[in-house]
Amino acid sequence: MADAIEVRGLERNFGDRRALAGVSFAVRSGEMFGLLGPNGGGKTTLFRILATLLSPTAGTARIEGIDVEGDAARVRGRIGVVFQSTSTDKKMTAMENMLLQGAMYGLSGEPLRSRASVLLARFGVLDRANDRCEHLSGGLRRRVEIAKGLLHGPAVLLLDEPSAGLDVGARRDLREVLAGLRQDGTTVLLTTHFMEEAAVCDRVAILDLGRVVALGRPDALCAESGTDVISVRTREPERFRAAVAARFGGTVTVVEGAVRIERSRGHEFVPQLVESFPGQVDAVTVARPTLEDVFIRRTGRAFAEASA
Amino acid sequence: MIVPALSLARREVVRFFRQRGRVIGALVTPVLFWLIMGSGIGSSFVGGGGDYLRYAFPGTTTMILLFTCIFSSISIIEDRNEGFLQSVLASPAPRASIVLGKVVGGALLGWLQAFPFLLLAPTVGIPLTVSGLAIAAVVLAASAVFLAAVGFFFAWRSSSVAGFHAIMNIVLMPMWLVSGALFPLAGAYSWMAWAMRLNPLTWGLSAVRTALTPSDPGPFPLPLSLAVVTGCAILAVLACALTIRSEK
Repeated sequence: MADAIEVRGLERNFGDRRALAGVSFAVRSGEMFGLLGPNGGGKTTLFRILATLLSPTAGTARIEGIDVEGDAARVRGRIGVVFQSTSTDKKMTAMENMLLQGAMYGLSGEPLRSRASVLLARFGVLDRANDRCEHLSGGLRRRVEIAKGLLHGPAVLLLDEPSAGLDVGARRDLREVLAGLRQDGTTVLLTTHFMEEAAVCDRVAILDLGRVVALGRPDALCAESGTDVISVRTREPERFRAAVAARFGGTVTVVEGAVRIERSRGHEFVPQLVESFPGQVDAVTVARPTLEDVFIRRTGRAFAEASA
Repeated sequence: MIVPALSLARREVVRFFRQRGRVIGALVTPVLFWLIMGSGIGSSFVGGGGDYLRYAFPGTTTMILLFTCIFSSISIIEDRNEGFLQSVLASPAPRASIVLGKVVGGALLGWLQAFPFLLLAPTVGIPLTVSGLAIAAVVLAASAVFLAAVGFFFAWRSSSVAGFHAIMNIVLMPMWLVSGALFPLAGAYSWMAWAMRLNPLTWGLSAVRTALTPSDPGPFPLPLSLAVVTGCAILAVLACALTIRSEK
């Protein structure tokens, strides 16, 4: 059986700018796959190609074996797309939006209405079905968007930055919705620049400057280095970095004003470090590596720096 | 194609009536304009029976159509910016159904406002007849489709509402100004008379005028003007369909 999504050597240029520089990966049926990367990394370009709204410069992308460029019309019937900007009509009710969406996919009548109700209930918005979308919170509106995307029973659900513009509470809430989708075995591809959202996925591809810099299970990627990450706040980070590197060796970098040291058994290393540089350490933390650390290790830059 | 188009058209109508400002703006502005111009110029006007309020009456229906179609067209730009349009473009609904939905929706809104306005005709001494109203209804529908399609054509290419306002002032408003709504073709300088003849709205308005006041008809024969407006409406819709077909 064909992969749910198969992307091979995908390239896309905008004038001189290279948004995608040869991206390849495959998403299996039932998998939740995250495209993680800083803004400008190429996520949205890739998303738009998969959503049949942009042509690639080179390479291929297939949904269930169907080429998105060669047979866009068939692909459109098989994908559910949830865009970053809200696509619900705010002057219409949640149910009216669902029915309109259904009509775009050739659904109608009672089957459409009952399917819409089932989905609104599943995402906990059925009691607000007759409220205009302009009166729903950002989080509820996003739930309606996802319900809309699933209305025609797509083989693949594409979500572009589903938590963009949501507050912390609504983001947590959305992660629960995503976890539910994952349990149901819905094939999902989502783009995000939130680490915690990527961590919910079965696998992630980290995109930077149009390339895949890491691909795998989030926990496996994080555990790859086998080290802890020690982060030190100090007055002169550059001097401190050089001194630590000279004394202890290993990978020592300055990221966003903090000195970052990768080291196994970090808790044992911290006392040595503090005693070696008395009075210079203002604050120190030891942590297991996160996807952000994977990004830093692969690109040499922090996420925020890459986005800037 | 019909189901998505009708659903999109229905959305236009629902949205319109849920935005009170739009209803008031599209209906009150032209009527106000008509009353001010008509009463101000009053009997200074020599053509058309000497009563400007009466002369300007048929043209006001075209203005109602124009205003409504402009507002509907602006919604295309809003849909694009808000993301609604993207979700329609990513659906399997044929591209042409988007054109049909928007144009039919916009035209229907215009017609629903312009036609009831005709019922005010007796107030300026224009008697209403069933045949006159029936013909006017058909002509207004064709003109509404034409205007909605022209609005769609330009709005589709505009990235901002501000940009569309420029088009509106350069293309759509002048089209109405030289349609015979404000002054008759008969007395215009020859270059202007030619501009008026080339303007599809002049033909539509001529037909409305003839239908309402057969004793003081428009400059063109009724069947021909009806045919011209209908033909132009079909061409404009086709132009929109061709424009949108190239959109990925």
